[in-house]
Amino acid sequence: MIIPLLKGLALTLRTFFTHPVTIQYPEQKMVMYPRFRGLHELTRDEEGKIKCVACELCAAVCPAKCIRVEPAEGPTHQRFPLVYEIDLLRCIFCGFCQEACPYGAVILRENYETADYTRQDLIYNRDKLFHAYQK
Amino acid sequence: MLAYILIALVKVLVVFSAMMLIVAYMTLMERKVLGHMQVRYGPNRAGPFGLLQPIADGLKLFFKEDIIVPHANRLIYIFAPTVIVITALVSFAVIPFGDSFTILGQKVDMVVADVNVGLLYLFAISSLGVYGVVMGGWASNNKYSLLGAIRSSAQMISYELSLGLSVIGVLMITGSLSTVQIVEAQSKMWFVVYQPLGFIIYLISAVAECSRTPFDLTECENELVAGYQTEYSSMKFALYYLAEYAHILVVSSLAVTLFFGGWHGPILPPVIWFLIKIFVFIFFFIWVRATFPRFRYDQLMKFGWKVLFPLALLNIMITAVVMSLMS
Repeated sequence: MIIPLLKGLALTLRTFFTHPVTIQYPEQKMVMYPRFRGLHELTRDEEGKIKCVACELCAAVCPAKCIRVEPAEGPTHQRFPLVYEIDLLRCIFCGFCQEACPYGAVILRENYETADYTRQDLIYNRDKLFHAYQK
Repeated sequence: MLAYILIALVKVLVVFSAMMLIVAYMTLMERKVLGHMQVRYGPNRAGPFGLLQPIADGLKLFFKEDIIVPHANRLIYIFAPTVIVITALVSFAVIPFGDSFTILGQKVDMVVADVNVGLLYLFAISSLGVYGVVMGGWASNNKYSLLGAIRSSAQMISYELSLGLSVIGVLMITGSLSTVQIVEAQSKMWFVVYQPLGFIIYLISAVAECSRTPFDLTECENELVAGYQTEYSSMKFALYYLAEYAHILVVSSLAVTLFFGGWHGPILPPVIWFLIKIFVFIFFFIWVRATFPRFRYDQLMKFGWKVLFPLALLNIMITAVVMSLMS
């Protein structure tokens, strides 16, 4: 009965000298896995133009109804989103919009640090989402 | 006469401030050691290695709202934490922390009061500390605090018994109750060699007396609200918190004094040896907290009365027999 107690003490003492596993945020940050669902990005094609054609499939499939799209005719007569808003406070980051999009125009990437101060600031419009990952 | 009073005042001041500093940083040490034993860092944000954490905690507690529960017995409510803090601090008056030296022709003993009944004084004072717990639970006007206080005081009283009996072996070997003489009698060999059973009983009783894990059912932070401390906030809570760590410090320094040769040690100055030994004991307390699950209350009481108490009596008997055989 005494030996197991001493073995327990030895274990804790041994653990005392091991390196802690804590990741010291914000100096060190965990690298997210490739399929992590963080902040959205509206992607661009090889010429740098927006891929989205405002087909509104993402808005239709969204369970939280947080995407608002308004199509319009672009300068080169192709369809493009005049308005593309995602309300980050309603969004549940499920990734259905990414799965539904036939062109791979909207994807969920690794940024999870989107905290802000007002509700208005957390409704990301088209330009914010287009330039979201260009720092 | 004036020099005597002055020296006594200076000693009191030094011991008091050293105690408060050690107790404050003991809270940090506990959190960091516990953290590392759980494969994580303790507090490390409030200054390098978290060294300003106790100051941050103190400031936080100072600025908290000081609530006095309605229908509480005001006088006892305010007085209870002071009782327990005073008994914890005053116990340090008879603990020798160094060799005596002469300065300007005056002999200065490194102990605040060289009473010739030092050990008896210590146990009497620590028994008074139980009043602080009981008063706190009663005055809170809360039946759960009261039950927690009653359980806690029953536990403390039961283990004080084996605590007192376990040091009688040391008393028999030295023939004196004075802590200074007990330390001086250990200049050849520490008493832990002569009294191994006594030391183990003392250690277990001390952990139970301080209501530390594995004997901390009455105040475990993750199960009960906080027992008798529930209704206390701000500075009164800070005093209870401080008193707990001061109690650990007193019990550790008593273990060092009675069993581990007090301030004896080669090369380094005596005070440094004393501090090192206390540090080892405090580390042991925290180490035990990190390792063991806690006792249920009935298991705790059974252990105190049916196991430790007879073992302590057995220790006294064996010591007496061996001493009479050897002389």
